[in-house]
Amino acid sequence: MNGRRLVWRIARLVEIRDETPSARTLVLQIPGWPGHLAGQHVDVRLTAEDGYSTQRSYSIAAPADGERVELTVQRVPDGEVSPYLTEELTVGDEVEIRGPVGGWFVWRPNGTAPVLLVAGGSGIVPLMAMIRARRQAGSRTPFRLIYSLREPGERYYAEELRLPHPGLDVTYLYTRAVPDGWARPVGRLTIADMNTGGWPADFGPECYICGPTGFVETASDILLAMGHDARAIKTERFGPTGG
Amino acid sequence: MGFVSRGFRGRPRDEGVKLPPGQYLVHDFPVLSAGPTPRVPLDRWEFAIDTEDGQTHRWSWQELMALPAETPTVDLHCVTKWSKLGTDWKGVSLDTLFADVESSAEYALVYSYGGYTTNLPVEDLLDGKAWIAYQFDGEELAAAHGGPARLLVPHLYLWKSAKWVQGIRLMNEDWPGFWETAGYHNYGDPWREQRYQGD
Repeated sequence: MNGRRLVWRIARLVEIRDETPSARTLVLQIPGWPGHLAGQHVDVRLTAEDGYSTQRSYSIAAPADGERVELTVQRVPDGEVSPYLTEELTVGDEVEIRGPVGGWFVWRPNGTAPVLLVAGGSGIVPLMAMIRARRQAGSRTPFRLIYSLREPGERYYAEELRLPHPGLDVTYLYTRAVPDGWARPVGRLTIADMNTGGWPADFGPECYICGPTGFVETASDILLAMGHDARAIKTERFGPTGG
Repeated sequence: MGFVSRGFRGRPRDEGVKLPPGQYLVHDFPVLSAGPTPRVPLDRWEFAIDTEDGQTHRWSWQELMALPAETPTVDLHCVTKWSKLGTDWKGVSLDTLFADVESSAEYALVYSYGGYTTNLPVEDLLDGKAWIAYQFDGEELAAAHGGPARLLVPHLYLWKSAKWVQGIRLMNEDWPGFWETAGYHNYGDPWREQRYQGD
């Protein structure tokens, strides 16, 4: 994105996929879209009839596919933008978008180091873009995903992640309720989870952590304690604020 | 009339609050950083100003605490769109730290424990516009928010207020920092909505 100006573009909603009762994927068609890297985000701007406008950032959920851009939006209770995007917006409607934004929290398919993805709740979105980019590129880079959620019903991309992906291991952690017969008791991410579901530090993995602040702090502290190089740990955080 | 989002009304307008364009008001204090939170023990903490002539001025934690402190109340504007108004800080003005620094450099590169960098003109650090802050809301500054001490330059987007600040290098040439080389604006004035390169 060096030197290129980020302009506002009109994006048209062409498809909706419900991920959970409170989260949906919006597939947008954006004429002139310059492409993006897995892990980047966009700014969305909404404008009311009286000229009032407001912006929010959303992670892109899938790798570049021409002019199609997929966002997954979690409805934030009392939010200003996410209820509109998840409840009002219908196929054929338009929103303004600019991007892609963020050149740090990205995975490039030519990467060869093993990859550890650690997701807390809706923090899965940019990490899913990396998983899909890996598959799209036919990459053999080994990936491991640790996905922490409150309960099974909150899983995004559940069907897609259930399919076998050679070279991708997925570990689910539940903090409030588990499926029947689930061996691990409910609880937050621990060093044991990271030992089992992640990579040893000597493998030199690239680590990407995305989730709420407390989760990201815990996950990155665990990786540092396990001997991972701080420079190989990339984080993206979101607080309870937003919407 | 430009673009209108069908059916979008937005929150009730609060005419009493003026925010920079594209920002919205929050009441909590979100955290954003690119990597793990560094933890710097106070007995090894040091802050430095390095001049363009190779002179270095250093302060230990005790020396920083011994300097006269100010208690600015400022508004914060993050490039990720949130603004937080009327935040209370305690710290040492950069004017105090620069009092004995001889330099004619125009550019500063701020560097942090953990490797973060950000750049800004030296004049944006002076004349009561910037502090090395070590308390927020009457409490020691939490590590996640940049403690033990961070730069506070509230008139620019918050990524310029480097967390875990370690030093300021004064230079005759501008040297883009971490986010400035990753597509974000070189200066970052929220009132002119300078979020990204070219804005």
